[in-house]
Amino acid sequence: MTLAPERTRPTPANSRLSVTSAEPRPQRPEFKKSGRPNPAAHLTPEQIEEIGRELDVIRAEVMDSRGAGDAAYIRRVIKTQRYLEMGSRAALLFSGVKYKGVRPMWWLGTAGLSVAKILENMEIGHNVMHGQWDWMRDPKIHSTAWEWDHASPASQWKHSHNEIHHMFTNVLGRDNDLGYGILRVDQDQRWSLFYLFQPVWHVANALLFEYSIAAYDLELGGYLAKKKRMSEEDKAKFHQDAQLTLAKIKAQMTKDYVVHPALSAATFTGSPRHTFTANVVANLVRNVWSNTVIICGHFPPGIETFEKTSIEGETRGEWYLRQMLGSGNIHGSKAMHLMTGNLSHQIEHHLFPDMPSNRYSQIAPKIRDLMERNDLKYVSGSLAKQVGGVYWKVVELSLPPKREGTTRRATILRAAKKALGGKGGQGRRY
Amino acid sequence: MDSPKPLAGLLDGARKVAQAIATPLVPADYLDLLDPMRSGADLRGRIVSITPETADAATVTIRPGRGWAGHRPGQYIRIGIDVDGVRHWRAYSLTHRSDSGDGLISITTKAIPDGKVSNQLVRATAPGTLVMLDQATGDFTLPQTLPARALFLTAGSGITPVIGMLRNHLDDLPDVAHIHCAPTEADVIFRDELRGYAAASRLTLHENHDDVAGIFNLASLDELVPDWREREVWVCGPTGLLDAAEAHWESAGLADQLHVERFRPSVVEPGEGGTVTFERTGITLEADGGTPILDAGEAAGVLMPSGCRMGICFGCVVTMREGAVRDLRTGDITTGEDGEDVRIQTCISAAAGRCDIDL
Repeated sequence: MTLAPERTRPTPANSRLSVTSAEPRPQRPEFKKSGRPNPAAHLTPEQIEEIGRELDVIRAEVMDSRGAGDAAYIRRVIKTQRYLEMGSRAALLFSGVKYKGVRPMWWLGTAGLSVAKILENMEIGHNVMHGQWDWMRDPKIHSTAWEWDHASPASQWKHSHNEIHHMFTNVLGRDNDLGYGILRVDQDQRWSLFYLFQPVWHVANALLFEYSIAAYDLELGGYLAKKKRMSEEDKAKFHQDAQLTLAKIKAQMTKDYVVHPALSAATFTGSPRHTFTANVVANLVRNVWSNTVIICGHFPPGIETFEKTSIEGETRGEWYLRQMLGSGNIHGSKAMHLMTGNLSHQIEHHLFPDMPSNRYSQIAPKIRDLMERNDLKYVSGSLAKQVGGVYWKVVELSLPPKREGTTRRATILRAAKKALGGKGGQGRRY
Repeated sequence: MDSPKPLAGLLDGARKVAQAIATPLVPADYLDLLDPMRSGADLRGRIVSITPETADAATVTIRPGRGWAGHRPGQYIRIGIDVDGVRHWRAYSLTHRSDSGDGLISITTKAIPDGKVSNQLVRATAPGTLVMLDQATGDFTLPQTLPARALFLTAGSGITPVIGMLRNHLDDLPDVAHIHCAPTEADVIFRDELRGYAAASRLTLHENHDDVAGIFNLASLDELVPDWREREVWVCGPTGLLDAAEAHWESAGLADQLHVERFRPSVVEPGEGGTVTFERTGITLEADGGTPILDAGEAAGVLMPSGCRMGICFGCVVTMREGAVRDLRTGDITTGEDGEDVRIQTCISAAAGRCDIDL
């Protein structure tokens, strides 16, 4: 969220508000600048406009039929999550109880808490903060009011996710979610030596996901890189945001790692140490699970990326087209959809980020049909397949692309020498 | 030294621990699951029964939460009820006897055409439903020292605040005249009760059935209640009646004897474009039906929160105190009654009538 500076001239209305455009839209080139084929080259601007209209109709049908059943659904999920969390926390008060060599309450409490945290972040937090439930006019279940069980403060997450990622989905150089600035997940991302070690970055990122998201939402990387060139105003803004993030992390850690373990100590059979480990494990499970789901959204093979120049003057129809081509689904059971916060319907979510998540499964067949009719690839696979595809990419793309006249090994060595250059390598003159 | 201090310190400590446990939620979020009616919670009520009064009016009896602070007869409450999953707030006069001892409150509502909430209450709400409540408010009440002679002039559902006064104070009012207007005899809410009071000579009642006798004419007061000039008068009904009454008592030089209760029209009529008021900034502007309120506000120098400017990020959401807006993508209209505080996305919303924005 940004505050508009004082201005005399109003910003022109966003071209993405309408499927039609005042100016005629250009035909898409056959190839992208990288030389790879453009997946939408066969569509004329008129066809894209028609796709936009069709999608607007699909959206309107669902949005007009939102009602008491949907409201009951989200309230039921929230209620279940809160009872599950309370129950799990209660079980952990007795985390130290040992029976035949195992600690049943620890296992029960840890499993319950992991599921509760996942539900809170995925089906509830993510979706409420998207405004999917704002229409109910319930001030407690509202995008402006929700704070989630996560290291990143809601306000910062909403900016980097709802605004930047959802507007610039998969646009190289605009959408930082594409590899989170630490992974090369698309051939068209320029290789650097840093990516050589990306399998390590990837695993570390998954384990610490809530903290890396918090750092990412805070734009910590950008601050560290550009600190010297930043204006005082921007620096002050960063420090203010950082205070907010640190306060959130402190509150989260106090709850999970201090207060609940301390409460366990107060029961006769309690074990602060075991309650502590239970919270660590639950947070890790949540981190790895949410990372697993989220990397399946935009990184699996077959999902497209876009160049900065390709979105100039983009209409709503063209934005829709980019969302469809830039996202991928996971298919599986109802329980799996719930545990992914329905991000298993990533394509549907990216088309209509403010549609209640319980409705995505209903429109999925229509979206698939529309894409297939227009010769567009609807990327979907089992969780194992999609995750496998991403992990393979992480390994494969850690290496530089093959170029004629040189070997990958030579490219890596050259990059390594250049990186070491300042510290006594070849580049040094004296 | 002071004994309250350590106790206060202990309570404060307990509060901090409870907050630390509940974060990022608040303890109330968990307590609400267990007991939504507890004292200290946001005021709620549970509907106990819905009793028809006429073909299109019903009395709704509610058990209020323990935070209920009571009321004076004639006052109203605002009720927040979910209709098709969407929360709407409306004001209704309280009609129950306050000395019944059962702790229940009641309102009486008439289903009006296109009235989302009144139709839901009269026809589609089941006992057991939980509703949101506000404390009672309003100054359309009887004074501490009750008048020696009173006149009540009511029309339609305008009877509701007055029946609250009659049920609670009729025995203490020595001389009451009541004129009530309704389209037909069958439309008279509380007909049997009013006629019962009249039969027992506790008040004199005149019913004006508009379909038979025509719209009530204030000139007939001289004949119906010859001493009307000596009476303290309470009037509640449609705007036309209230305006006429104000003019009538004004011209008689008796304006200070008149009390009126104005119901706001409960259906906002959407149009094309409108006057947008940014209440806290103090800027008012005319916006056309095609310009997002975000753009209109920025152009006028209002500091507007903004984000994607295409309706997906919800970074521009602000509170509309009252008014109507049109979604520029779909043409859908969103209306908010006075006090409903509807939150809108300014980047895709154009004015569709008067809009009061909380900025």
